[in-house]
Amino acid sequence: MITAHQGCMVPEEVYHKDPQVKEGMQFGDYVNNRASSAPTPLSSTSDDEEEEEEDEEAGVDSSSTTSSASPMPNSYDALEGGCYPDMLSSSASSPAPDPVPEPDPTPALTTSQSSKIAKPFGYGYPTLQPGYQNATPPLTSGAQPSNTVYPGFQQYAQQYPAVNQLSSSLGGLSLQSSPPPESLRPVNLTQERNILPPTPVWAPVPNLNLDLKKLNCSPDSFRCTLTNIPQTQALLNKAKLPLGLLLHPFRDLTQLPVITSNTIVRCRSCRTYINPFVSFIDQRRWKCNLCYRVNDVPEEFMYNPLTRSYGEPHKRPEVQNATVEFIASSDYMLRPPQPAVYLFVLDVSHNAVEAGYLKILCQSLLENLDKLPGDSRTRIGFITFDSTIHFYNLQEGLSQPQMLIVSDIDDVFLPTPDSLLVNLYESKELIKDLLNALPNMFTNTRETHSALGPALQAAFKLMSPTGGRVSVFQTQLPSLGAGLLQSREDPNQRSSTKVVQHLGPATDFYKKLALDCSGQQTAVDLFLLSSQYSDLASLACMSKYSAGCVYYYPSFHTTHNPSQAEKLQKDLKRYFTRKIGFEAVMRIRCTKGLSMHTFHGNFFVRSTDLLSLANINPDAGFAVQLSIEESLADTSLVCFQTALLYTSSKGERRIRVHTLCLPVVNSLADVYAGADVQAAICLLANMAVDRSISSSLSDARDALVNAVVDSLSAYGSTVPHLQHSGLMAPTSLRLFPLYVLALLKQKAFRTGTSTRLDDRVYAMCQIKCQPLVHLMKMIHPNLYRIDRLTDEGAVHVNDRVVPQPPLQKLSAEKLTREGALLMDCGSVFYIWIGKGCDNNFIEDVLGFPDFASIPQKMSHLPELGTLSSERARSFITWLKENRPLSPILHVVKDESPAKMEFFQHLIEDRTEAALSYYEFLLHIHQQICK
Amino acid sequence: MEAVVFVFSLIDCCVLIFLSVYFIITLSDLECDYINARACCSKLNKWVIPELVGHTVVTALMLISLHWFIFLLNLPVATWNIYRFITVPSGNMGVFDPTEIHNRGQLKSHMKEAMIKLGFHLLCFFMYLYSMILALIND
Repeated sequence: MITAHQGCMVPEEVYHKDPQVKEGMQFGDYVNNRASSAPTPLSSTSDDEEEEEEDEEAGVDSSSTTSSASPMPNSYDALEGGCYPDMLSSSASSPAPDPVPEPDPTPALTTSQSSKIAKPFGYGYPTLQPGYQNATPPLTSGAQPSNTVYPGFQQYAQQYPAVNQLSSSLGGLSLQSSPPPESLRPVNLTQERNILPPTPVWAPVPNLNLDLKKLNCSPDSFRCTLTNIPQTQALLNKAKLPLGLLLHPFRDLTQLPVITSNTIVRCRSCRTYINPFVSFIDQRRWKCNLCYRVNDVPEEFMYNPLTRSYGEPHKRPEVQNATVEFIASSDYMLRPPQPAVYLFVLDVSHNAVEAGYLKILCQSLLENLDKLPGDSRTRIGFITFDSTIHFYNLQEGLSQPQMLIVSDIDDVFLPTPDSLLVNLYESKELIKDLLNALPNMFTNTRETHSALGPALQAAFKLMSPTGGRVSVFQTQLPSLGAGLLQSREDPNQRSSTKVVQHLGPATDFYKKLALDCSGQQTAVDLFLLSSQYSDLASLACMSKYSAGCVYYYPSFHTTHNPSQAEKLQKDLKRYFTRKIGFEAVMRIRCTKGLSMHTFHGNFFVRSTDLLSLANINPDAGFAVQLSIEESLADTSLVCFQTALLYTSSKGERRIRVHTLCLPVVNSLADVYAGADVQAAICLLANMAVDRSISSSLSDARDALVNAVVDSLSAYGSTVPHLQHSGLMAPTSLRLFPLYVLALLKQKAFRTGTSTRLDDRVYAMCQIKCQPLVHLMKMIHPNLYRIDRLTDEGAVHVNDRVVPQPPLQKLSAEKLTREGALLMDCGSVFYIWIGKGCDNNFIEDVLGFPDFASIPQKMSHLPELGTLSSERARSFITWLKENRPLSPILHVVKDESPAKMEFFQHLIEDRTEAALSYYEFLLHIHQQICK
Repeated sequence: MEAVVFVFSLIDCCVLIFLSVYFIITLSDLECDYINARACCSKLNKWVIPELVGHTVVTALMLISLHWFIFLLNLPVATWNIYRFITVPSGNMGVFDPTEIHNRGQLKSHMKEAMIKLGFHLLCFFMYLYSMILALIND
C-alpha cells in the first residue's frame, strides 16, 4: 500500500546560499505558505510537523463553527463570488472579511457565511465532512500585505445596519441600495493634489469568497489587469481597458510544495493540471474548471500523503495550493534531462581589452565556479573572438589550456568537437588556469574588428548536441563576417520630437540564429558593454527569441566608470548563482471562452499557446493579451493556469503550475472596480513597445494617451449624475493618468529629450521581459525622504528594523533644501542631498562634516555606527533585496551636474519637452470633452 | 494569339489556385499545432516570390494584350502582393515571420488573405476559361 503511494512533499532546493536573498524572499511573502509549512521528505520526523499542521486546522475548525450561525446566502452571485458578496449579503454581524492592511494586523476571524454552504467550485463535501465546511484557517494578515479594497464598506455597515439587513433580506435585488465599493468611488483627479498614496500600491484582491481568496495564486506570480473579468467582449470593449495577464512564473519562492507522484492528475481533454478551483462531484470524479469535463480521480490520488488518510482527494497538496511543483515522469521527456551546460563567448578585441571587463568576469566566475547551478555532469566552455575565433581545449589531462585559433570566419568549424565543452569538475584546474590567464592574454592586441556573428555560429554548433546557456559579452558593433552591422544612429536625431527610426533589427541574422538556438534548447544571454552605438536593436534579437536575457552597461570602463564596473560585478554574481531551468516550455491555459492572442517576453511562440523557453530564469516576466471569444454568461469564475515544464539544474524534470481564479461580472461598474492599474500599465507598456517597433514611436505614444482618454471617458459615461467640473476616475484607476505620463517620460518612449538609441532600445527590452514589480519601479520610481527616518511603522526583517518612510510624489516641490531624499528607480538609486541639509545627517550617514565636503561622485554609504546611518543602510539594503539587477547608488548633491539625471525622474514636473502632471490631466480632460 | 494568352493565363491561374490552397492548408496546420511556426513560415516564405511573380506576369500580360477589364481587376491584388513584399521590415524573415505570426491575430489575417485570394483566383479561372473558349471559337 505504502509503496504504491509515494506521494510526498520534498523540500524545495535552495539555490541561493546568500542569506540576504533569503530574507528578502521571506518578506516578499507567499500566500500559500501555510499548507506547505512542513515540506519535509517522507520520513518519520516529518510526521509530527504534518500532524501539527493538521491540529492547527482542526483548532480553527472548532472555533469557527461557533461563528457560522449566519443567515443563508441570499444571492447566487454572492456564493460564487460573482458580485460583491460582502456588500450584498453580509449582515451587520459579519463585517467585510477583506484582508486587513499590513500595518494593522487584526486577524478578523469572521466567517463569510456566504461562501461556505453551497460553493459549487472547490472541494467541499457537504455530506461527508460538515466540520470541514466551516474551516476558516487564520488570516495570516501579518504576512500578507494586501490592500484594503473596500475599506469604506465596514463603516458603512455599522452606520446603516438597517439598510444592510434590508438588503440582505432582499437578496439579489439589493444591488442598487448597497454602497459602491471603495475602488469605485469617483475621484476628481484635477482637484486631488496628493494622488499618490503614502504606502506602496498593492495588487487588488479579486473579489472572491474567502476560501477561494485564500487559495488563489500570489499576485507576485500571476496578475490580471482586470480582477473582475467582463462577461462579454462587448463589455470589455465598452470598458476600454486592456485585458491580459502578467506572469512571473519562475520567481524565487521560499515555500513551494513539491509533489512526487506516479500519476500527475490532469484533465483528459484540455490537459489542465488539477488545481484548487476544480470541483469534486463525488469522491471519485472531478470536474475540470477550464473545460468542464468530468474526469475520474485516480486511485493514487485518493490517498493523501500529508495526512496519511484515504479518501480525501480534496486535501491533497495539489488541491490546497495554487502554486505547486510536480516532479515529472519520463512521459514529460523527449530525451534524457540535459546537463547544465554553460558556454562563454567573449569579445577580446582592442576595445574590449581597453574597457577591461575580462578581469571582472573571470574574477567573478572564479569566485562562483562552485556555485554554478548544476550536478556532476555540468559542462563549461569558452570561446573568445576578435577578427578570428579562439577555442580553448580544456580536456582533462592536459597540462595547460590549449588555445585553438580558427581564422576562417566565413565557414566556421569546430577544431576538436569533443574537448571544448568539458566537465566542470574533471577539468576544474584547467578552467581556473584559463580564467586566471585570460585577462592578461590579450593586453597587447591591436585587433579592432569583431566577428561576433561567426563566433555565435560556432557557439551554436558547439551547443547544439546538448543545449544550455550561452553568455555573450560584446563591446562594440560587430564588423566582420555574417551578421555584421552598420551604425544607424544619427546623433543629431537623439532629441528629435518627430521620428525615431531604427528601433527594429537591421538584419534577420540574429533572429534566425536565436530560433536555431531555441530549437536546440540553447539560450543566448547578451552582455553589451559598450561606450558607443552598438545596435542593440539588432543584437538583442539573439536573446529575445532564444529566451535569454539582455544586460546593457553603457559607457562601461573599469577605471573610468567604477560604478558600472561594480554593477557588472554584482549582476554577474546574481547571474551565476541564480536558479536556472533548461529545455523549458510554458503553456498558459484559460477557461473556455477566453483566448490568448499576443505574448510579450523573451521566448519563441512555437504553437498557438506553447512558449518555447530554452532557459528559464527567476528574473523573467511575461505578459499575455486576452480576448473574450464567447460569452462567459454561464460561468461565474474563470481560471488561468500556467504550467512551466523545465529541467532543473540537478537534471530533474519538473513542472511548476500556477492557477489563478477570478470572478466574472456583467456590469461595467464592477469591471472598473476590479481594475488593477499597475498590471494594466505594464501590459500597455508592452503593447506600446510592439507598436513603436511595428509602427512608430509617436503612434505608440498616441495609443498610450488614448488608452487613458478612452477609459476615463468610458467611465465618465457610466456615472450619470457626475458633476462635469473635473476629470473623474474610479479609485481603482486614479493612478492611471500618472502612470501613463510616467511611461511617456520613460526612456523608452520619451521624445524631445536627448536619448541614445541603444538606451531607448534597452529600456524597451526591459519593459518586455521584466516582471511587474521591477517594471513598476522603472516606470514610476519611488521617492522617500530619508533624513528623518524613524522607527514608526517599521517592519522587522530577520532581526533588522527597517524603517518605512512614506512615499513622496515625484515632483521638485518635495525637494526641500533641508532634506535628503532617496529615489528608487529599480536599477539605480539616487540620494539627493539638499543644500541646507542638516549637518548632523551628513555627518552621521554620509560621513562628511558638511555639505561642501561631500564629493561629486559617491556611490556608497559608509558603515557608520550611528543610529541614522544604520536606519538608512538597513532601509536601502531592504530595498535592494531580491532585485534581478543590483542597483547602483548615486549620491547627488543639489548643485552637481549629475542632478539632471535625478531630475529627469521627477515625472510630475514640467520639462522642456513634456507636460507636467496637472497639464497632462487638463489635456486628457480636454480630449474627453471634445 | 488571343487563345494563347488565355491558355497561358489559365495555367498560371491554376498554379496560383494551388498555391492559395497550399497556403491555407499550411496555415491551418499551424493553427492546429500540426507543425511549428518555424517550419510553417519557412515553407510559406519560399512560395511568396513565385506567387508574386506568377500574378504579376498575368497582370502584365493582360495589359500588353489590352484586356483592360481583366487588367484592372488584377491590378489591386498584384499591387497588394508587391506592397506586402516590399514593406517587410529588414529584421523580419520574410512576409511570414515565425516570431510574429502568433501575435496580434496575424495568423488569422494571413488566413483571411489566403481565402480571399483563393476566391479571387477561382473567379479569374472561370473568366479566363470563358475568354479562352470565346477566343477559340472566334479563331
